[in-house]
Amino acid sequence: MAGNVDALFIFLLILCGMMALAIFTLITIFAIRYRRRAGHEAEQIEGSNALEFTWTFIPLGIFLCIFVWGAVIYFKERTPPQGATEVYTVAKQWMWKFQHIEGQREINELHVPVGRDVRMIMTSQDVIHSFYVPAFRIKQDVLPGRYTVTWFHATKPGTYHLFCAEYCGTMHSGMIGEVVVMEPAQYQTWLSGGAVAGSLANTGQGIFQSLGCSTCHRFDTQGRGPNLIGVFGKPVLLEDGRTVIADENYIRESILSPAAKVVSGFKPIMPTFQGIVSEEQLNALVAYIKSLNPPPTGAAGTPNLKPPTGQTPETNR
Amino acid sequence: MSDRAPVIATHSPALRHHFSNMEQQMEASVMGMWVFLITEIMFFGGMFCGYMVYRHQYYSAWVAGSQKMDFWWGTLNTIVLLCSSLTMALGVRAAQLGRRKSVVIFLLITILFGLGFLGIKGIEYHSHWTEHQFPGLNWAWPDANGNLVALFFSFYWAMTGFHALHMVIGVGLVAFIAYHAWQGRYSAEYYNPVETVGLYWHFVDIVWIYLYPLLYLISHKHISG
Amino acid sequence: MATATVPTAERENYLNKEYGIKSWLLTTDHKRIALLYLILITFFFFIGGFFALLIRLELLTPAGDLVQADTYNKLFTMHGQVMVFFFLIPAVPAVLGNFLVPMMIGAKDLAFPRINLLSWYLLVIGGVLMMYTILTGGVDTGWTFYTPLSTQFLNTHVVAAALAIFVAGFSSILTGLNFIVTIHRMRAPGMTWSRLPLFVWANYATAIIQVLGTPVLAISLMLVALERIFGLAIFDPQRGGDPLLFQHLFWFYSHPAVYIMILPGMGVVSEIVTCFSRKRIFGYKFMALAVIAIAVLGFLVWAHHMFVAGMSLYAGMMFSLLSYFVAVPSAIKVFNWTSTMYKGSISYNTPMLYAFGFIGLFTMGGLTGLFVAALGIDVHVTDTYFVVAHFHYIMVGGMVIAYLAGIHFWWPKISGRMYPESWGKLAALIIFIGFNLTFFPQFVLGYLGMPRRYWQYSPEFQVLNVLSTAGATILAVGYILPMVYLLWSMRYGKIADENPWNAAGLEWKTASPPPTFNFDETPTVTWEAYNYDELKEAPVER
Repeated sequence: MAGNVDALFIFLLILCGMMALAIFTLITIFAIRYRRRAGHEAEQIEGSNALEFTWTFIPLGIFLCIFVWGAVIYFKERTPPQGATEVYTVAKQWMWKFQHIEGQREINELHVPVGRDVRMIMTSQDVIHSFYVPAFRIKQDVLPGRYTVTWFHATKPGTYHLFCAEYCGTMHSGMIGEVVVMEPAQYQTWLSGGAVAGSLANTGQGIFQSLGCSTCHRFDTQGRGPNLIGVFGKPVLLEDGRTVIADENYIRESILSPAAKVVSGFKPIMPTFQGIVSEEQLNALVAYIKSLNPPPTGAAGTPNLKPPTGQTPETNR
Repeated sequence: MSDRAPVIATHSPALRHHFSNMEQQMEASVMGMWVFLITEIMFFGGMFCGYMVYRHQYYSAWVAGSQKMDFWWGTLNTIVLLCSSLTMALGVRAAQLGRRKSVVIFLLITILFGLGFLGIKGIEYHSHWTEHQFPGLNWAWPDANGNLVALFFSFYWAMTGFHALHMVIGVGLVAFIAYHAWQGRYSAEYYNPVETVGLYWHFVDIVWIYLYPLLYLISHKHISG
Repeated sequence: MATATVPTAERENYLNKEYGIKSWLLTTDHKRIALLYLILITFFFFIGGFFALLIRLELLTPAGDLVQADTYNKLFTMHGQVMVFFFLIPAVPAVLGNFLVPMMIGAKDLAFPRINLLSWYLLVIGGVLMMYTILTGGVDTGWTFYTPLSTQFLNTHVVAAALAIFVAGFSSILTGLNFIVTIHRMRAPGMTWSRLPLFVWANYATAIIQVLGTPVLAISLMLVALERIFGLAIFDPQRGGDPLLFQHLFWFYSHPAVYIMILPGMGVVSEIVTCFSRKRIFGYKFMALAVIAIAVLGFLVWAHHMFVAGMSLYAGMMFSLLSYFVAVPSAIKVFNWTSTMYKGSISYNTPMLYAFGFIGLFTMGGLTGLFVAALGIDVHVTDTYFVVAHFHYIMVGGMVIAYLAGIHFWWPKISGRMYPESWGKLAALIIFIGFNLTFFPQFVLGYLGMPRRYWQYSPEFQVLNVLSTAGATILAVGYILPMVYLLWSMRYGKIADENPWNAAGLEWKTASPPPTFNFDETPTVTWEAYNYDELKEAPVER
């Protein structure tokens, strides 16, 4: 990604450099050649429609090319590839908290393997922050009350700056960290080090049960709430006739503002969990509900009772 | 003043020095008010825009909030305002014709209607307050969607509040020109202030014409109930 | 005291018609009001500049050592608010526009002289509120007031600052309203739309933006205030509020506001380039059309400030595309100014030096605009020093330079005296060098990844920051110079005649300084704008 951005940047540098040089040269030449002196008088020229149209449409054409190029890069930046490793991120004044699917948690340091797509699912528990890794040429604002997503694919091991790029209060400039890109083997060692209670989805499962979610959202028969197996990523018909995709943001909203988008055929009886679950717990719950999807092969239609283990989506109850 | 323009034969005492004639002065002041009203549209537009975004996002909460509006008071207030626009228009007409007395009378009736509107709005505000429907300061909502209904009520208070503020200013302006009219400052030749204040009054009225359905009539249930 | 410079029989003019504080504070003369504005915004320019200097000093070292983090945040917040709302926006329209627009169209005054005075008082009230905010501890929202930071997380004077800007905004609205009506209704006989000087066109386009955009900012700030005071839930994400709604409302005004800050500058430069090239403007119609196009298109590109804010992908693409459309009329203007010089008879007086500077720096600012409008690049450089450099090239390199150009160009008309030419040239040079040294390194800093609004930063960014701070010091000297010699010239400057530049335009066809009602007799216009072919060549200097 960095290469693409730099390529466009260098192209623009050359193009704009030439444009600027042309204009400055012309101005200099005119200023010297037509300087005021005795015996020299200005020659009046009204203008020229042909010239005006030339310098309207040629720049427009060039601009449109730049637009397309920039948009193509943007499209890639904003479309995470399938099967990327997911890292949940909670930003707060003034630190970055990361939750790996495997269960590792870090603050202001993010360890990722080299050569793997990493998808950041980010939210803020207070104000707007912005996840910015200059070396990867990516930046994405992190908003309170919803998830935003970005992704990267690190190609070289090393340690890179992580900055908060959206002004967020007193210690905005202290909300910095490091992205540590490691060789896969080292990364595995890092993953296995440290005491980890279990995967993020596992933690989510625990929260799901302790909050009593499972009394209504039953997996065997239809409870008072929708059955959540296989819901993630699917369209959901709502009570008011609209359809939404059950993505991370929808799950999040349904936990915090359950009455906002009620599933068709159910009553708005669910209480809000605003202020009851923390952002980290919410992430765990989302990871858990995502893990309830059957594996992409579609072989296992019935849920088994095995708790999820890896970052690959697994079926469980 | 060494540079006084040659005195025009029809020089009216109401003609300000920098205009060349009454027509130019009239055109300028009416256009000025129109431009001002455009800024007002943009001012309210900001709120309407936010309203539409949230209404689209949280429709059910908007219905729930709207059902706490008093349909009858709201409708009565709409009628009151429409009547006030009528009397305002009649006042402007009377000013055009140079009928001093009827100008004053129509403007006074307009003021009464305006105050009536504000009174009714006050009654509504009072009942919303006592029912804890003011987000932040005094808020209680029984259901789980209270947070989202709070959004609706925030817009209700902000939009009607700014509208009411415009009404207060409007009543003040009408009172001001009514006083001037009573003093005999206006004539069939010079009645710009009456005309421009009239425009302002109609604008504030129109804002309400939008607020009324957007806030009171979201769901039909309260018409039957 | 230099009695020799006082003319023997001084003509009555707007300056000497009446004396005393009251005759100024209650004046409805657009020229006197322009001077009131001049004093007010010069005051705020130096306040804002002082903040800027402190910011640059803090950034001399990577550590946060000169001021506290909170203080630093307040400095850049108030630098932005003061400079944008109390200097840049009123600068050319309220000072030069106020002074010149009625004269240029052959009117005795603006359509609503009392409203004109009212708008000055509104700016004073806004200014007093701003000073109150500054003196009682300041505000640290960033000039952008982003929610929910501004609504819920700060204990500073957010409401006072919002109110200050709200009131200043109404000053700007009323100025715009006055200009629109004046230009529509008060033109002298024969002054058709196609004969208007481009400065008037530029102020007209600006007025449209002021009238349409500013109220949206006003309501956004009011909603922030309501949320803070009463706890309403307009933008609160905890209660389902959309954190992006405020940004949309804010930029709906604040992007067009950039054009409020540059279009009048373009108008100034058009007047100066023609005068000092002794040429008609190249492509008058396209120049007039371009300012209107910028004003209109400027309303459709606000969300290009929000490419990484969490908008949808396709919204981003649309706003990027529209941003390239608005770049076209700006390019047209640069090409036309350049062509105007072709086969001219160019002299290098101070205003022209500034105009050269403007074209160069505006071109740089505009071209880097192409970078930030490119989605892929913007993701990387937005909220970094690249953007800081980009908009300073437009606002300082563009507007402040154009403002100084205009002040020098019309100084003989305003004061009746000439400024000292060699000092003027020196200051122009210092400002140009200082400016580039300050802001060019910031482009590099931004691409290297230094985020803006950072109180402390990684040591690898230090060299460029030191360069920038050095430039800022030079720039400060450059700004103080004109202030000194212009004040000096009011008393000791050479007496200016009616038209010292032998320039076209109605404002030069009346005395310097002009009488209270501008013209002894309402002029009738029979010529096109910039009729330099009909004017005699200005004498060669020296």
